[in-house]
Amino acid sequence: MAATHLAPPPWLRALRVLEVELRRYRRTWRASVFSAFVNPLLFLGAMGYGLGELVAEGQGTATLPDGVSYVAFIAPGLMVAAAMQTGAAEGAFPVMAGVKWQRTYHATIATPATVTDLVVGNTLWLSFRVAVTAGVYGLVVAALGAMSPLAAAASVGPALLVGWGMGLPMTAIAAHVDQPSTLSAFFRFGVLPLFLLSGTFFPVSELPAAAEVVAALTPVWHGVELARAAALGTAPPWPVLGHLAVPTLWGVTGFVAARRTLARRLAP
Amino acid sequence: MSTAGVRGGGLVAARGLTKSFGDFVAVDGIDFEVTAGETFGFLGPNGAGKSSTMRMIAAVSHRTAGDLSVFGLDPDVDGPAIRARLGVVPQEDSLDLELSVAENLLVYGRYFNLPRDVIRRRTTELLDFVRLTDRADSPVEPLSGGMKRRLTIARSLVNDPTMLLLDEPTTGLDPQARHALWERLYRLKQDGVTLLLTTHYMDEAEQLCDRLVVMDGGRIVAEGSPRALIQRHVTREVLELRYSPDVDLTVAATDLNGTGDRVEVLPDRLLVYVDDADAAHARIVDLDVDVAGVLTRRATLEDVFLALTGRTLVD
Repeated sequence: MAATHLAPPPWLRALRVLEVELRRYRRTWRASVFSAFVNPLLFLGAMGYGLGELVAEGQGTATLPDGVSYVAFIAPGLMVAAAMQTGAAEGAFPVMAGVKWQRTYHATIATPATVTDLVVGNTLWLSFRVAVTAGVYGLVVAALGAMSPLAAAASVGPALLVGWGMGLPMTAIAAHVDQPSTLSAFFRFGVLPLFLLSGTFFPVSELPAAAEVVAALTPVWHGVELARAAALGTAPPWPVLGHLAVPTLWGVTGFVAARRTLARRLAP
Repeated sequence: MSTAGVRGGGLVAARGLTKSFGDFVAVDGIDFEVTAGETFGFLGPNGAGKSSTMRMIAAVSHRTAGDLSVFGLDPDVDGPAIRARLGVVPQEDSLDLELSVAENLLVYGRYFNLPRDVIRRRTTELLDFVRLTDRADSPVEPLSGGMKRRLTIARSLVNDPTMLLLDEPTTGLDPQARHALWERLYRLKQDGVTLLLTTHYMDEAEQLCDRLVVMDGGRIVAEGSPRALIQRHVTREVLELRYSPDVDLTVAATDLNGTGDRVEVLPDRLLVYVDDADAAHARIVDLDVDVAGVLTRRATLEDVFLALTGRTLVD
């Protein structure tokens, strides 16, 4: 059986890593897709249509663009923010399980797969999960009429970018830290504030100046603004290239850091 | 061929192999060679550098210095090609608890790029070999420690490896599970699979290894077959003497009046190294020494380790 002893090429090894994740997903995909449907219904119902009635009264200083309902304002932001949460979640506890709890990553790199193959394969898997979340979100908001189908489809792009921008740095963190409580803290003090304060529910110009800077330096706001621009047909606050650059930088940095950290943990 | 300066007919050849973690030297310039078909052991206490050596051979850890070739290849350069021909049974379980027993073999085989039908055929054979056929579709989580270890062995064989690396294969298992595992490893050995194992159990090393190196503090302190090591470093038999707790064993040792080639003083007993334990026992009876218990036995690798390092293998 000498033929079976040949190491597959790197791209194929990375695809095998993805394939194994997809096999595991066969056990959980129903629950996962179900919650991907329920999440937008709850958020758009409560925030978009419920809170939106109050917002329409217009007592505050901020105003919606002419002719734009609150639900139409937040739908693209919510879609990107949901994708961001999926990306962060996939990069967090499953990675800790692979390194520490179940040690499945150690099993992976005992085969022809390298740490780089593992990170590339995991990035493909993360992309798949983020795309499913964003895709289902897009279907729901389009069905509700909160976004046009075309804008919903176009928003999967920024959603993916933000998913990488959050998920890959989270992978590096999860590979580095030892305690699950540390990881939980990143969600409480990192992911949750970014979810609430990245222009998802209101423009970041309403934030204190320092918080506005934080939003501009982190990935989520850029994805939210790109998706919103696509949905409302308006120009985003920054040039499109700038909005693409910040999450990309986070994603690339996260990928490099994840590869290095995992190499240190798995193959010292 | 990038053999990194090591040549010879061995599957594994190491010269001056060194691994440091910061200031700590885990493996301190060791030389050894493993030939095809043999069962080769690394015997030593915890922290001797056995696992670090194993991980370098498994091409998942880069050496700090020295030469290493596995299948004539350099692990730092040709890791994937080397790992494609290896089977690895790690010290800690790394099974996928979210998948079934059979699925664990399936996904592992896919990493080696094996076609699904080939893996399915091998899964049937391998689960039969490790006696887990009736568990094929059950989840991994509720399996006993011995079953998980057997499943890990089945998984390590899915790619039909040329050489199997086993890092402390029976640590943490009960005696019955250990014997069941030894029996399976013995079968593999008879089938001609080259086995490399680390252990701190001298009985495991004696049972399985054709040849072994004794490691201590990152260095190899002796090398040979179990029998040759015993012949070279200790006598054929051992007389174990136990005393009542108030006896000073160092004093008791001098009272033996030079009985035996050598006397080791352990915290709870004396070991008297002799070629004929019964004769020595008779002599001690003549000396009228007040012993609480006497045991005669043949010398083991534990005695070799004690003779070489002055310490016991298992604390």
